[in-house]
Amino acid sequence: MSPLPTTGRVLRKVGHDHRTLAILLVLPCVVLGLVGWMFSGTDVVDRFGPVLLGLFPVIVMFLVTSVATLRERQSGTLERLMAGPVRRGDVVVGYAIAFALVGAGQALVLTAFTVLVLGMDVAGDLGGVVLVAVLDAVLGTALGLAASAVARTEFQAVQMMPLVLFPQLVLAGLFLPRDQMPAVLEAVSRAMPLTYGTQALQELAAGASLGDVRGAAGAVLAFIAGALVLGTLSLRRRTP
Amino acid sequence: MGRHAPVAAPGTPAVRARGLRIVRGGRRGVVVVDGLDLDVPAARVVGLLGPSGGGKTSLLRAVVGVQSDVTGTLDVLGLPAGDPRLRRRIGYVTQAPSVYADLTVRENLRYVAEVLRVGEDRVTAVLRDVDLRHLSGRTVAALSGGERARTSLAIALLGEPDLLVLDEPTVGLDPVLRRDLWALFHDLAAGGASLLVSSHVMDEAERCDRLLLLRQGRLLAEGAPGDLLERTRTTTAEAAFLALVEDGAS
Ligand SMILES: Nc1ncnc2c1ncn2[C@@H]1O[C@H](COP(=O)(O)OP(=O)(O)O)[C@@H](O)[C@H]1O
Ligand SMILES: [Mg+2]
Repeated sequence: MSPLPTTGRVLRKVGHDHRTLAILLVLPCVVLGLVGWMFSGTDVVDRFGPVLLGLFPVIVMFLVTSVATLRERQSGTLERLMAGPVRRGDVVVGYAIAFALVGAGQALVLTAFTVLVLGMDVAGDLGGVVLVAVLDAVLGTALGLAASAVARTEFQAVQMMPLVLFPQLVLAGLFLPRDQMPAVLEAVSRAMPLTYGTQALQELAAGASLGDVRGAAGAVLAFIAGALVLGTLSLRRRTP
Repeated sequence: MGRHAPVAAPGTPAVRARGLRIVRGGRRGVVVVDGLDLDVPAARVVGLLGPSGGGKTSLLRAVVGVQSDVTGTLDVLGLPAGDPRLRRRIGYVTQAPSVYADLTVRENLRYVAEVLRVGEDRVTAVLRDVDLRHLSGRTVAALSGGERARTSLAIALLGEPDLLVLDEPTVGLDPVLRRDLWALFHDLAAGGASLLVSSHVMDEAERCDRLLLLRQGRLLAEGAPGDLLERTRTTTAEAAFLALVEDGAS
């Protein structure tokens, strides 16, 4: 057994849905384009562009994944799948690979747009920025898979986004450097995956190389693995 | 005759329940079935009939191993229900068609074919069995209810299962199609497969080799359709059912 059938199925579904595809690829560019326009003539895009490149994939992929998997739970397709020989980990990893590819596409398009159209000039390693943005996309997917197990309705699934992501956004060090936070909040911040993605992107924007941020990137990878394990364990063959 | 494993000892029923208890909705849920004993003979088309809410879906979910809080004895093809070895040998059609609405019919089938590792020829064969070849390129969202139900049935046939568990597979189909599908079910049984088919429509009873009448989680009666009519001195399955209910009440 392998996760690839599920990956293929999810990608085919996204491929059929041109409108979603357009929203996934174009919308982040439009928003960043507005930021660039608003701050034209300043270095805001150079300084904060990389961090924003990482935020879009994590938020968008979290939402897309949690709604898509919840729909599968409700439609009966998952029930039939669980009656068959498919392994639970293969379903979760199959989803993760598919949405990671979509997220990677989004990150690449968005990076190309910010560099080529908005003229973003990254002080550090541009390849590193792309890589961390892709990792953030995979992180969003993995967190979405884990969160969708808790949600019972699509309404709840959408609510999981503020619940899971907003505290991370607030504490990621975007608004206040981590070392200036109260000790308790700093500790909480260190326990959150998005903190490390943001940290890596901030350092890259300030001139770091890919090697300099490998610790933070490794932390994001560890959180991805943890969330996938959580998603697999919470996927039950037998339901009430 | 089993196609994936040696035939179990002759006379082994396809499904055997003793003192079966099923709770729906978790620990503080509802006891839907309590102390149920039943046998589903192998290589037959067995109808699980009864009114809505009687526990048919819950029983079928327990048989295919996706229902939690099942206690008592429940053996399927000679193995305990939910045994991983059964997962390749059972085809399950859920009550609401479980198909991916944004994929085409063929893409739906191809996905499960890849999971089961069966070839494209099987996909084409089951599409013919359920008479959907002409719609194979159509997106499922654009299909009628009956066409979706047949797509769902085709998926369950892909792995040539030894036991087919079908939850109301013919609801909403026109009479001609219904007749064709029941003929298909009997062909499959003639080939050695066991079929457990639920329905709340009593006039499907006469199409079954054997009937299990389930009401409020209890087995009201079982036997061949003709025997049940004789025993209740009625002429239709519906009348027989009503007679049995009144019998049980008095
Ligand atoms: N998830 C659930 N939680 C609580 N009760 C349920 C749940 N699903 C079904 N039930 C109840 O279990 C009983 C049997 O339902 P079901 O097995 O679906 O019957 P049938 O398929 O014969 O219509 C019904 O009374 C139904 O209300
Ligand atoms: Mg039902």
